[in-house]
Amino acid sequence: MATLIEVRNLRTTFFTDEGEVHAVDGISYDIQEGEFVALVGESGCGKSVSALSIMRLVPYPPGRIVGGEIIFNGKDLLKQNEREMRATRGGEIGMIFQEPMTSLNPVFTIGVQISETVRAHMGVDKQTAHNRAIELLEMVGIPRAADRMGDYPHQFSGGMRQRVMIAIAISCNPKMIIADEPTTALDVTIQAQVLELLQDLAKQLGTAVLLITHNLGVVARYANRVNVMYAGKIIEQGTAEDIYHKSKHPYTLGLLNSVPRMDLESGLGARLQTIEGQPPDLLNVPKGCSFNPRCRFVVERCYSDEPVLMPVGEGHTSACWEWNRVGTTQAIEERA
Amino acid sequence: MTTTETTGSQGATAPQDDLLDIRHLKMYFPVTAGVFRRKVADVKAVDDVSLTIRRGETLAIVGESGSGKTTLGRAILRLYKPTAGEIWFDGTDLANMKPGGLKPYKQRMQIIFQDPYSSLNPRLSAGSIVGEPLQVHNLTASRGEYNDRVAQLFSTVGLNPNMVNRYPHEFSGGQRQRIGIARALAMQPEFIVADEPVSALDVSVQAQVLNLLDDLQDQFNLTYMLVAHDLSVVRHTADRVVVMYLGKIVELSSVKDLFENPVHPYTKALMSAVPIPDPTVEATRQRQILVGDIPSPVNPPSGCVFHTRCPIAIDDCRGDVPELREITPDHWAACIRV
Repeated sequence: MATLIEVRNLRTTFFTDEGEVHAVDGISYDIQEGEFVALVGESGCGKSVSALSIMRLVPYPPGRIVGGEIIFNGKDLLKQNEREMRATRGGEIGMIFQEPMTSLNPVFTIGVQISETVRAHMGVDKQTAHNRAIELLEMVGIPRAADRMGDYPHQFSGGMRQRVMIAIAISCNPKMIIADEPTTALDVTIQAQVLELLQDLAKQLGTAVLLITHNLGVVARYANRVNVMYAGKIIEQGTAEDIYHKSKHPYTLGLLNSVPRMDLESGLGARLQTIEGQPPDLLNVPKGCSFNPRCRFVVERCYSDEPVLMPVGEGHTSACWEWNRVGTTQAIEERA
Repeated sequence: MTTTETTGSQGATAPQDDLLDIRHLKMYFPVTAGVFRRKVADVKAVDDVSLTIRRGETLAIVGESGSGKTTLGRAILRLYKPTAGEIWFDGTDLANMKPGGLKPYKQRMQIIFQDPYSSLNPRLSAGSIVGEPLQVHNLTASRGEYNDRVAQLFSTVGLNPNMVNRYPHEFSGGQRQRIGIARALAMQPEFIVADEPVSALDVSVQAQVLNLLDDLQDQFNLTYMLVAHDLSVVRHTADRVVVMYLGKIVELSSVKDLFENPVHPYTKALMSAVPIPDPTVEATRQRQILVGDIPSPVNPPSGCVFHTRCPIAIDDCRGDVPELREITPDHWAACIRV
């Protein structure tokens, strides 16, 4: 497998009246062809902004990509002009957003919206694009696809709209799909349908997926590799196995321990492990390690030196000075 | 004082320390059309629901959107006038009571809302929000007593009493939810409906609020009705669980029994749809994905409302509405196929 996209030291800053917000503060990761990678974190950690940065869709002003490289298929997306970027967006990289109602245009039919994308990127005639749109709707499991081409978004349910978004995302055979919280607005049974569909299509078409989510269950089910974000930085990277069973970062560990699990009996009067405090205000990030006010492993050094991602295992990195002390046995003891 | 009549559909097994006994509750909302707002149909948000809530327990109501779980909670609190049915609260039927007579009962039951951003008045200070019920019901004799009580409520929910003069926007989501909880506790209620109390919060903050609710239950001997869609939260928090689908109860049992031996096909599918945060478990897990969408509650399917998506439906399911039956002791399900 070859590397499809390489994000190097990406920095996106919002210049607000109150000050500079480093929403994405020097993150690096890569995605191999056909791989399913998750970017996980809580609200405000910068995971969505990092996806928008790849697409160069960060609203300016106030936001701007201030540094780094995004090497996609051999070319740096940050050096492309707007015309080249338009061809990449929707053509080589498909997108699925959280709110399917706001990402579809309410005054155009579903058919027009899909075939428009096909025509814009593939340069085919109207009839071919129309037929392709029907084929795509069938692929994403919309019953009576040809009849529904003339329907408007409001005539579709939330799950169906998200299927339409997937159809648009895959319409030009992209090499990668960025899915930003694609199922957060959906009911759990519909969420399962949509994610299974996304996974099946990605496998079938050999498309890589960057899934951005806060849902640790979804990550565990679908992702090959995981990047955990906190306060604008990636603080741990590894395979799903590394992250869930051998985590070497106190934040990841705390997050995993704070989620109740449906498959385990919690026992009478059991308390959930919590991470004390709140995620930091990005206008005012603590010095040193930004997790230091909430960390149970904190030492002197964490207040002065900012940790970088350090190798802690094969393909597994953690940004914690004390990663040695953050261990599996501890996690198990605390759980029990 | 408890009701002396036989309890609702759960029959003789329900003990006499029930705080609430809901019988055949229906909550319909009219659908209107045209200039004259002519009624053309009903949304049967809650359709013939019977259940009991025991003193001191946490009863969870689980379901997807349109299942009627939120409406059920609000109808029980008499925030709506139910279309039909009875709500026996500590021996009194609230369903048919005039609004004036409800006031003493409304003090004893409170609600915690889902969205800590829209449920707090942005123009009132946090202290006034928490103290407002004390003023409305004239529960404090003097300004000094009022201030003390508000400060005490702040401490109870883990907020610094120095923050009473701040406004909601100065608090984080988790802290706002604590303000909402303090407001509910101001009346010293016996019964609290918690409507999705943590679903708007970040994962790391959810656990803090769930632990707080748990502590408060022990401290004040509260009875909770937890309205939730997150089965993981329910498994951790509830004593008994009601699963709803399109306004009807499909399954009701103790939390342990429900998660270990679910019997209704909808309950099974719902559990199967929830991914477990453990890649090793997920790698080998067999999942059953339901086909189709949740039907509209305006025009629910005939017979068993679940038959359009049910993997084991037969012809009979289209005709008759299944009764909630006791499958094993204290474990009820509405399905003719189990």
